[in-house]
Amino acid sequence: MRLVSGGFLAIVPALNEVGAVGQTVREIKQSAPQFDVLVVDDGSTDETATAAARAGAAVVTLPFNLGIGGAMQAGYMYAREHGYGVAVQVDGDGQHDARYIPELLARLEQDASLNMVTGSRFLEPVDGGYTSSAARRAGIRLFASIVSFVSRQHVTDPTSGFRMTDRRGIELFARDYPHDYPEVEAILLMHAHRLRSAEIPVVMRRRTTGSSAISTFQAGYYMVKVLLAVFVGVFRAKPHRVPGQDPPVAAERSL
Amino acid sequence: MRIVAAHLSTAANQRIEVIVLAVVVCVLIFELVRRKRLMERYALLWLLAGVTILVLGIWKGLLTRLSHAVGIYYAPSALFAVAFVFVLVMLVHFSATISRLSDQNKVLAQRLALLQQQLDKLRGRTGEDAEDTEKAGTTRGGLSD
Repeated sequence: MRLVSGGFLAIVPALNEVGAVGQTVREIKQSAPQFDVLVVDDGSTDETATAAARAGAAVVTLPFNLGIGGAMQAGYMYAREHGYGVAVQVDGDGQHDARYIPELLARLEQDASLNMVTGSRFLEPVDGGYTSSAARRAGIRLFASIVSFVSRQHVTDPTSGFRMTDRRGIELFARDYPHDYPEVEAILLMHAHRLRSAEIPVVMRRRTTGSSAISTFQAGYYMVKVLLAVFVGVFRAKPHRVPGQDPPVAAERSL
Repeated sequence: MRIVAAHLSTAANQRIEVIVLAVVVCVLIFELVRRKRLMERYALLWLLAGVTILVLGIWKGLLTRLSHAVGIYYAPSALFAVAFVFVLVMLVHFSATISRLSDQNKVLAQRLALLQQQLDKLRGRTGEDAEDTEKAGTTRGGLSD
């Protein structure tokens, strides 16, 4: 058990989610009232920002589309600069059920050595939840075994974006976050900086409006790109200090 | 006799053409740098290429000697190999440059968005009328204007 210093922030990346973002914000405020909500509008062409602001969220509007990685990093930069102690990322499309946020927080507070808790769809067999198509599940299983092998811990859902980090995780991700399709790489980034992560079981919902960030067409590119990133990442696993930049979290820790 | 003379003058013409080409490349690069359309950092490699062509054009037999020295007995092949490697290096260099620029671009967009949000919040706090604040709260980052 530990006391978290600093506030709680829910980061909601949203791209053209005018139909779902307001509902997402309201659900977070209802299920986890101690959390402030930040919507990162990743260059939407619709009224996503207005809808989010109307629902009572703080809104950071990117001038053009940066992709999910750039948008999430902007959210973590916001969390770092405003002194938040815990940040949870919740997709703007309504897939992530805000009712699990207190459970994620409980897990994070329960174990002081944990820096990140991820909501996994595959930890417990559940009926009715959204677990993606068979082909994608096969891909996810492949990534899960690779990530588990590299990070020497049991990871079942490395592509889940429903995750909560502590201050250390916020600082790490604010400075360094993968560009596109960041979830898998982010786990390994955590591992490279000797931060610990765990999973809890969640049930995800089918998205109601908008379209998925990854079409089937892009799935091949996704696989190859992430595999390359994981492979290269293994060879840069040791964080080193770059002159003129903030020290990597692990380097800071060992000093 | 006449055939030999014709052959000689063709070779001489070709050398002159090569020299002119090299000078044009060097002058073009110089002019681009002078007009600040090209940074010195990127001009250096192209100038090096121009000067290399110039030297090869002026110094008769240098290319043959160099290619023989490395074991290539058809001089143009050596030239093509070197040119290909040069172009390859330039392209990799450009890919690295594009990566760096897009990373910097990303950071700028993030910083801009965060500052914009902060500015809107401060504006709202100092008590401008509600309509203005609401408008400001949802203005896009502003690179579009």
